[in-house]
Amino acid sequence: MILSINNVEVTFRVGPWFNRQPILGVAGVSFDVAPGETFALVGESGSGKTTLANAINGLQSISNGDVTFLGERIDTTSQRNMKPLRQQMAMMFQDPVGSLSPRMRVGDLVAEPFHIHKIKANIKEETERLLSLVGLSGDFANRYPHQLSGGQARRVGVARAIALNPKLIIADEPTAGLDVSVQGEVLNLLNDLRERMDLAMIIITHNLHVVHHVADRMAVMYLGRIVELGETESMFRAPAHPYTAALLSANPEPDPDKAKERISLPAEVPSLLARPSGCEFHTRCPWVQSRCKSDQPFANGEVRNIACHYPLSPGDKLPVKQSSI
Amino acid sequence: MSEAVSKLYKALRRILAEPMGAFGVALVVLMVFGAVFADILATAEPSDISPRDRFQGPSITHLLGTDHLGRDLFSRVLHGGRIALSVALFSIAASLVIGVVLGLIAGYGPRWLDNLMILVFDALKSFPTVMLALALVTLFGPSLTAVVVVVILVNVPGYARIIRTQTLALKSAQFVSAAQSMGAGTTRILRAHILPNVIGPLLILASMDIPVVIAIEAGMSFLGLGVRPPTPSWGAILNDGFAAIRDTPWIAVAGGLPIIVTTLGFTFLGETLRDVFDPRLKVR
Repeated sequence: MILSINNVEVTFRVGPWFNRQPILGVAGVSFDVAPGETFALVGESGSGKTTLANAINGLQSISNGDVTFLGERIDTTSQRNMKPLRQQMAMMFQDPVGSLSPRMRVGDLVAEPFHIHKIKANIKEETERLLSLVGLSGDFANRYPHQLSGGQARRVGVARAIALNPKLIIADEPTAGLDVSVQGEVLNLLNDLRERMDLAMIIITHNLHVVHHVADRMAVMYLGRIVELGETESMFRAPAHPYTAALLSANPEPDPDKAKERISLPAEVPSLLARPSGCEFHTRCPWVQSRCKSDQPFANGEVRNIACHYPLSPGDKLPVKQSSI
Repeated sequence: MSEAVSKLYKALRRILAEPMGAFGVALVVLMVFGAVFADILATAEPSDISPRDRFQGPSITHLLGTDHLGRDLFSRVLHGGRIALSVALFSIAASLVIGVVLGLIAGYGPRWLDNLMILVFDALKSFPTVMLALALVTLFGPSLTAVVVVVILVNVPGYARIIRTQTLALKSAQFVSAAQSMGAGTTRILRAHILPNVIGPLLILASMDIPVVIAIEAGMSFLGLGVRPPTPSWGAILNDGFAAIRDTPWIAVAGGLPIIVTTLGFTFLGETLRDVFDPRLKVR
């Protein structure tokens, strides 16, 4: 395993100083990423995907659990020990233009990893090589970020991420803010680079088409927990957790002949300040039963890891009587 | 580098296109020219006393007349310009460096340090300039250094606050997180990623503070808290003239006119600079 995280929790404190309340942004998440694998984290906004990514990267300190990268505990190590490991782990942030320093030229931005890690290289040559690798001509080196389109800025982000031949790339919403054709280009570029450089990737997104397109395995997050984890293909074919099923059914299907039943979830996402008792999804689950309200289900720990008392089998229909709210 | 030169040239052209900017530049150039070439332009030694020639009105030999000790006022004004300009430039530069460093520390450092520094800045700012000057001079005696220290104490809190606020805003920007995730250290982040994005407005503000500093220097010298006689200073000349203003008003004029001209020039220049560089005010 290149990265394994175990029971990671991230706690935030919110509210005024006399009434600080801890909330769990990430509430005990575990998974492994194998070399060369693409792992997708999906879930609604606020489900803790980005927080988890920051926690893996060390930008966010974790309150419980451990993160092991290339055999080293990186959650407890010092910045000094972490620095060489950072060469092996690159991060791409949501906002393609906003993650580029506005007063630096593209050439300097791409060269920055070399300077940070004091790597002796012909930087001009390396920059040109990296830019051409992501499909940008050498003239781009003289441009400033605000002179780039979203897609071009994303390519620069990719060039920066792969500059030092990392083993793992964490890509937070790599397709956000790009129009569909550019999304495709970026995804193909990432896929291509992954094969060529034997990269492992963690892709964070709420775009399920992206997940289907690139991910080997995926994990679905809800309120900071993983509710279901497994092979992408099998999860798309037969979602077992009701939340996964609802998420997948909300995914627009480009083929009009493949009309399918839409599972609409009642109510809103519960507040992290008042987590529901029992199964945290029970307030919105169409298949809810009495046990779900009191007992919290735990992930069963199998290859297809499901946290649900009554997982769905393929072909299960929506319950006939649905309490309407 | 050539790009920086062409940028500077472009900015200068835009300043000169504004009537106020052109006027400001003209006054500033006049003042700087006089200060730099004071040795050549001066018609007499600025500190040479000649009691026989005292209280003479403006003439060919004494362009601005002479003062109560018979010193040539034109020469004294030119050399006074040197003092004013060097005090202004040096103390503004020092305030900038100190203000930027403190502002970056307050903005990027831990919360408690920020709170502490803001408290100190506010405390410093609450003293009126003259009080601060009087207190310092009482402690260390009147000198040019006292003037510089007063200016630094007056300017640094404001400069640091401006830098601090912007640093605070950029601290959580994605490009800063990106640099952190690549392993960049604090110094690198502050120098390469934050400073270039926060320094612009402060430079314009500092250029607008130059006339204020010239006025502080003149004011302190007028009160006898600045340069020691016989060193020529506009404020001191003004004070000399003040004593004899009924009979020989040209002494006070000789001291006051350059103060007006340079403060006006730098103010016009600073305001045009602000208009030219603030994209929100860009009309054309």
